[in-house]
Amino acid sequence: MELTLEGISKKVGAQPWLYAMNLAPKRDAVTVLLGATQAGKTSLMRIMAGLDTPTQGSVKVDGKDVTGMPVRERNVAMVYQQFINYPSLRVADNIASPLKLRGEKNIDQRVRALASRLHIETLLDRYPAELSGGQQQRVALARALAKGAPLMLLDEPLVNLDYKLREELREELTQLFAAGDSTVIYATTEPGEALLLGGYTAVMDAGELLQYGPTAEVFHAPQSLRVARAFSDPPMNLLGAAAVTLGVQLNSGPALAISLPPETAKNLTANLTVGVRASALRLQARDGDVALPGVVELAEISGSDTFVHLTTGVGEVVAQLTGVHYFGLGAPLTLHLSPAQVYVFDAQGALLVAPKRPGGP
Amino acid sequence: MNDNRTLPRTLFLVVYIVFALLPIYWMINMSFKTNEEILSSFTFFPQHFTWDNYKTIFTDASWYSGYINSLIIVAINMTISICVALPAAYAFSRYSFLGDKHLFFWLLTNRMTPPAVFLLPFFQLYTTLGLMDTHIAVALAHLVFNVPLAVWILEGFMSGVPREIDETAYIDGYSFPRFFLTIFLPLIKAGVGVAAFFCFMFSWVELLLARTLTSVDAKPIVATMTRTVSAAGMDWATLAAAGVLTIVPGAIVIWFVRHYIAKGFAMGRV
Repeated sequence: MELTLEGISKKVGAQPWLYAMNLAPKRDAVTVLLGATQAGKTSLMRIMAGLDTPTQGSVKVDGKDVTGMPVRERNVAMVYQQFINYPSLRVADNIASPLKLRGEKNIDQRVRALASRLHIETLLDRYPAELSGGQQQRVALARALAKGAPLMLLDEPLVNLDYKLREELREELTQLFAAGDSTVIYATTEPGEALLLGGYTAVMDAGELLQYGPTAEVFHAPQSLRVARAFSDPPMNLLGAAAVTLGVQLNSGPALAISLPPETAKNLTANLTVGVRASALRLQARDGDVALPGVVELAEISGSDTFVHLTTGVGEVVAQLTGVHYFGLGAPLTLHLSPAQVYVFDAQGALLVAPKRPGGP
Repeated sequence: MNDNRTLPRTLFLVVYIVFALLPIYWMINMSFKTNEEILSSFTFFPQHFTWDNYKTIFTDASWYSGYINSLIIVAINMTISICVALPAAYAFSRYSFLGDKHLFFWLLTNRMTPPAVFLLPFFQLYTTLGLMDTHIAVALAHLVFNVPLAVWILEGFMSGVPREIDETAYIDGYSFPRFFLTIFLPLIKAGVGVAAFFCFMFSWVELLLARTLTSVDAKPIVATMTRTVSAAGMDWATLAAAGVLTIVPGAIVIWFVRHYIAKGFAMGRV
């Protein structure tokens, strides 16, 4: 299904929730709506589903304007952040309900097939209240999939689940979507989830659509500082800098040899921002690396990674180091950074330089 | 420590229960006595135990028709109240419209008005329309008090159901009536039970309107009970038996909805 949003905006009272935006999610692929809470992901999704009407603009499906069409007449499926099932129906009836309403055949068989795909085949005779959160969300997913709608909307479906279950379901979802006969819109606050699902990503912030493109492209070449900030976990380190001959000079720090666009290089523009991903900082130096000496403020161990918060001459820096490391508070530590791995943004926050990615353009 | 606190507690409870149940016991006691015994001596147990009073009620049409009339009035009232209150409560719970909060409050203020205020307009109106002494007349009059209460109770229960369930149903393709009857209603059946119970309770005990708007054909039991002074004097024993029988339906209904009512209390409605 070809979904097109043209000049969509939404105001509630006098307050704008969504600023005018155009978005045409890639047909029959996964599009991730990435943004913090309050970014407008749910509002946008409700407009796509037809649960809300936009204040301005139009929603088109396969070229046909469906802006005012009630949700009942559209062919969409939706999964909410909360586990929404019909509490008075058994799991089997829950999954079967969209099929029954359309008077389809082989309902029993199809329900069973879906249930076994989502590993809930043993729970079909139970009521939703008798299931755990993860199981309830599987039922909701199964019901949404049962419909076989060409547009499937998932609003942070995994956010209320515990870590392990989230990992597990996320992988299964990736496989389910890989079948690829419907356009999937998936809202999430986690950059990692967007990367895992692949496909396309639309980055949103404070009611604005900032960038839309293939996920890897958006990740590696964020158009602006705001996109880079939204699409980075842990947050990207942002350091003040100024253009100098043959590169940039970090404010009260070392110089990095980077080839800047000719315009910036010629004018020796000040007020630049250098962005460094936490994972780009290393303990071991390589050829051409710049050293950032500092003092450890905090070291958190998360999974098999260590997040080190450091006070350096150029400001606070967070580094994501592979492996479990123990650092004493106040211990001196020098991190290394390759100038080839930094982003440079101009004073307006637009991207000037992005690191080359292996195999990429 | 435990012992010297249990005693006063037990004592208090016993005293409380005795005080609470004494009038009811006395009525049951009287209902099995004869009029002579009630008037002549003070006895804690019937000395001449008799079922005659109950027999009178179940055989005399002027008595038992009172119960039938009451039940008809209550049934009509409960049905109309719930049927009207369900859509109203849904609207108040799900939609915001101009003046919705004021309207909701105004509805409740009706419940706060004494029935006597509405007596004259109802009497005048029903006389004109020829509705006097019909079951529907009393049932309609009671709606003024029962519909606001039912709306209030149901709105509370409906607001406890996530809006997303409605939306999911629409997305799945349910039509509104089908969603309401097969998905939504089962979720708020406790609320419907509680609302129906409160309608029952009000309509069953309400005396003033019921007595004024009926005379013979639709006279409910509470009205019958106030008119028992005959030429032979007051028929105490039969009156007591009627009183006992009037309590019974209420007790049965309370037994069935007691869990629901507790739930209603927990939600802050009831």
